[in-house]
Amino acid sequence: MDTSAPPAELDEDGLAMLVDALQARGLAVIGPTVRDGAIVLAELTSADELPYGWGVEAEAGTYRLRRRDDRAAFAHSAGPQSWKTFLHPPRARLWQADRAEDGTVTVREDDDPPPRYAFLGVRPCDLRAIAVQDRVLTGGAYADPVYGPRRAAAFIVVTECTEPSGVCFCASMGTGPGLPDGAVYDLALTETIEPEGLRYLVRAGSPDGEDVLAGLPTHPTDGEHARRAVADAAGRMGRTMDPTDLRSLMAGTMTAERWDQVADRCLTCGNCTMVCPTCFCTTTEETTDLIGDHAERWRRWDSCFDLDFSYLHGTGPVRSSARSRYRQWLTHKLGTWHDQFGSSGCVGCGRCIAWCPVGIDLTEEVAALRAEAETSEGAP
Amino acid sequence: MHATTPVPYRVLARRRETADTVTLDLVPAAGPLRPFRPGQYAMLYAFGTGEIPASVSGISGDTLGHTVRAVGKVSEALCRAERGDWIGARGPYGTVWQTPPAGSDVLIVSGGIGLAPLRPLIEEVLDRAKEFGTISVLAGYRNPGEQLFLADLPRWRSRAHVHVTVDHPEPGWPGATGLVTGLLDSAGYRPDRCAAYLCGPEVMMRATARDLLRRGVPADRIRASLERNMRCATAWCGHCQLGPVLVCRDGPVFGWDHAEGLLSTPER
Repeated sequence: MDTSAPPAELDEDGLAMLVDALQARGLAVIGPTVRDGAIVLAELTSADELPYGWGVEAEAGTYRLRRRDDRAAFAHSAGPQSWKTFLHPPRARLWQADRAEDGTVTVREDDDPPPRYAFLGVRPCDLRAIAVQDRVLTGGAYADPVYGPRRAAAFIVVTECTEPSGVCFCASMGTGPGLPDGAVYDLALTETIEPEGLRYLVRAGSPDGEDVLAGLPTHPTDGEHARRAVADAAGRMGRTMDPTDLRSLMAGTMTAERWDQVADRCLTCGNCTMVCPTCFCTTTEETTDLIGDHAERWRRWDSCFDLDFSYLHGTGPVRSSARSRYRQWLTHKLGTWHDQFGSSGCVGCGRCIAWCPVGIDLTEEVAALRAEAETSEGAP
Repeated sequence: MHATTPVPYRVLARRRETADTVTLDLVPAAGPLRPFRPGQYAMLYAFGTGEIPASVSGISGDTLGHTVRAVGKVSEALCRAERGDWIGARGPYGTVWQTPPAGSDVLIVSGGIGLAPLRPLIEEVLDRAKEFGTISVLAGYRNPGEQLFLADLPRWRSRAHVHVTVDHPEPGWPGATGLVTGLLDSAGYRPDRCAAYLCGPEVMMRATARDLLRRGVPADRIRASLERNMRCATAWCGHCQLGPVLVCRDGPVFGWDHAEGLLSTPER
């Protein structure tokens, strides 16, 4: 990649041509669009389906679309979905098995080619989330057969964030709103609203990205307006989380009283785990046909808030209380994730705050746990 | 082949151990899995029912022994399997019972079906008995009917001290009564030269480790096999989280110097 290329920008027509160009490469373009009162991620047939002129108001337990007074397509924060819906789908068949008359069983893996996606509008926080899931699902001794091929085939168009919401705190987690150094992507866009229309500062992050970009009509720009918009966004985060040594803070909170307080509110519904872009837990299901000679192994998302999640025969659920299940989720996300996968599991997207039905806010919980830890340290 | 795809095995032999427990000897129907070592486990698949983790209870060439207690749908299906039946298997997974250092006294302590994962270690240690000092096997059960591997006991007793205790004896029970920790005094081992191996219910392993530490056995010479819910065995599904470790990947066998901290936080 030529990182010294002079800054260039696309206009709205150029953005439309980008969608067409990705489709022409045989990719299913997945991007944000308005559906059911939310900005969801879905396959786009053209750039016309982008959420032009829509913004988002998000607070603890609250998510609302609002009309903007401009046409911006990417001036919205994270919706209820993340890219894991496509890379690590909610349900996936792992294999099928057939039993012959003599009792011999043949196990067959699916050999369908993986879907080839282009993701349009990946926020830097969500780009980090993909990198986190990469480590979990393909970074260990075994590479996930569903996630791995989808991930390898994906073309990623990042859009830097210029319009954070009330639940965002990527700036304090070091994951946004701009692209951090070392980020891996194919194309990156930064949307600005100019008197003459929408403009997209564009740069390539891979040979594939360069190739696509070469086919698009760009104009020179100094990129200054885009850089300022991203820098401004960093100062407009609705929330912050002090990232100082979260791993040892979490390890030391096992007996904290705060867990009882949050357990009084937590419904253990698991919404936070479903909307979290890094939560990866799954369970397996065995299905058979009516005759019973054909079986399929399916995998579906699971949640550490589910009682069955930790079930052991003879013991029952290892974590039966709301206290222990919320504590498991938060201490894993912010603490033991480091031990298991070498990074934090939180990217600061704020989804778990917005989509918690009772408005539990992990930034508030961490602050309270930190205050409790400091108080008990200071105690005689 | 994908990491979660089972490979075909056949039941070569089936032995009923107790009312609800059988040992299956499984032979590869195509190519064998990589060799298993004592302490490791397989994911066993009963066609149309599902998959469970099961520690290996016997290793003989390519033949895998698995001792399964019927406690759920999959284990029930596996226990029903008969000679010649098809069973899917994948593995080996997990950490091993580290062989004791030469010259050690070997102390093996089990609770209930916890003896099954220890059996390959017992066989290995007995095969090389000359390299070690005293070898003791202490097995605790709730009642005499739960005893496993009765056919092995005469052979084990010829080279090791084998003591069995039950919580609820029946009339005429010739062995000891009470918790397995009550046998620790009768086993001859030098605490500073001992390698201890524990497998059983968590409460039994905690109590045993506590008593061994009190007697001066170093924590890193005590090893324990932990159990958590497992779905994938490949560190993808998250079910076996135990604080900073994934039991499927980092365990199931841990040194007590590590396990004690893992088990120190009540999870309930």
